[in-house]
Amino acid sequence: MIEFHLDAGSGVSPYLQLVRQVRQALRLGLLREGDQLPTVKDVVAKLAINPNTVLKAYRELEHDGLVAARPGVGTFVTRTLADATLAAHGPLRAQLRRWLAKARRAGLDEESIEALMTTTFRSTAAEHAAGQDHAGQDHAAQVHAAKDIA
Amino acid sequence: MTALLRARGLGKRYRRRWALSDCTLDVPAGSVVGLVGPNAAGKSTLLNLAVGTLTPTAGEIEVLGGRPGSGAAQLARVGFVAQASPVYPRLSVADHLRLGARLNPGWDDALARDRIRRLGLDANSRASALSGGQRAQLALTLGLAKRPAALVLDEPVASLDPLARRAFLQDLMEAVAEHGLSVLMSSHLISDLERTCDHLVVLIGAQVAVAGDIEHLLATHHRLSGPRRDPATLPANQHVLSASHTERQSTLLVRTEQPIHDPSWTVTPLNLEDLVLAYLSRPPAEDGSRRVLAAVR
Repeated sequence: MIEFHLDAGSGVSPYLQLVRQVRQALRLGLLREGDQLPTVKDVVAKLAINPNTVLKAYRELEHDGLVAARPGVGTFVTRTLADATLAAHGPLRAQLRRWLAKARRAGLDEESIEALMTTTFRSTAAEHAAGQDHAGQDHAAQVHAAKDIA
Repeated sequence: MTALLRARGLGKRYRRRWALSDCTLDVPAGSVVGLVGPNAAGKSTLLNLAVGTLTPTAGEIEVLGGRPGSGAAQLARVGFVAQASPVYPRLSVADHLRLGARLNPGWDDALARDRIRRLGLDANSRASALSGGQRAQLALTLGLAKRPAALVLDEPVASLDPLARRAFLQDLMEAVAEHGLSVLMSSHLISDLERTCDHLVVLIGAQVAVAGDIEHLLATHHRLSGPRRDPATLPANQHVLSASHTERQSTLLVRTEQPIHDPSWTVTPLNLEDLVLAYLSRPPAEDGSRRVLAAVR
């Protein structure tokens, strides 16, 4: 059984923190197929967070095919992430090493490399999120339009 | 689904001062709503209007589809824990439960007794002998055992130490999970609200400054920093909440429904505290809507 925690200062929304903790536990093999996730009530009672936050996190994990809810019983892990991602680690690490060597040759020190990584990571994540956001609003607008017509 | 709270042009005037004015809100049922704002912004007024202990001077308000204070049925559906954990100092814990059972048709005695036992409260001790945290928990017990569909709490954790505060919120959230309770509560502790609420209402100077689903609010507010720039040159859909400038750099807090594509900005997300503070620290004159309303008054 996984135990959740919440980092209030991380700037990451609580629901996303829960999702990431499950994914991380799956990657590290701390959660395996068939394991049960804590019940919504247990998470809520421990962390003092909104139950909808937990439900949302579980729904997203379910949508990703990682867990399945059995009504009246609980939420169970249906798939592990460990094997699939570990296989990809090797080649990616090799590419990253080559890139880091290039960056050093270009005169970047560790701090500059880290800053470049962080800003690039952030901007691609933001673009990704903005794209999704946009789609969501279009959908909302359509729903509104549909309501107006109705 | 009926709304937890629906207000249209709601206002409350005390003599010549409007404690709340032109308040229009829609909050879906099942929400946990955080109400924030400086002192005397109208938070308690709004909460008292929601439970029917005050009547509106203007506009209308509905809670769970009913008019607050309209009768016994509405009273049974909406619980209220007023400011400073109101309990009767001279009555014992057991007396409080007896009183709750007599006054509330839907009283859940098993829930009340179970909670008192779990909290480790002595049924025979007087409320005046309890600590602040225990008094707050006793008041919450009465509010929960009434088994309302919605619970309204006015600064329930203000006087509690961090441990008692956490315990209180754990129990409140557990009730939300277990009974599908809707909650409307005011607090100054934004970090608590960030954990527990899915909806936020910010009141400033008797008016709603911003309200909405917290995730949506966080997704639509951004901090932009980049080369110095006049905020007036921003796209029309980017509403500037605050702007500060150095010789070469500008930092803006903006609200926009659209993604920000301008590559000259470094865009960072706001947390709930940043967002609330951005509204609280706005000079009133910058806010067009408030100026208009002041003129109307």
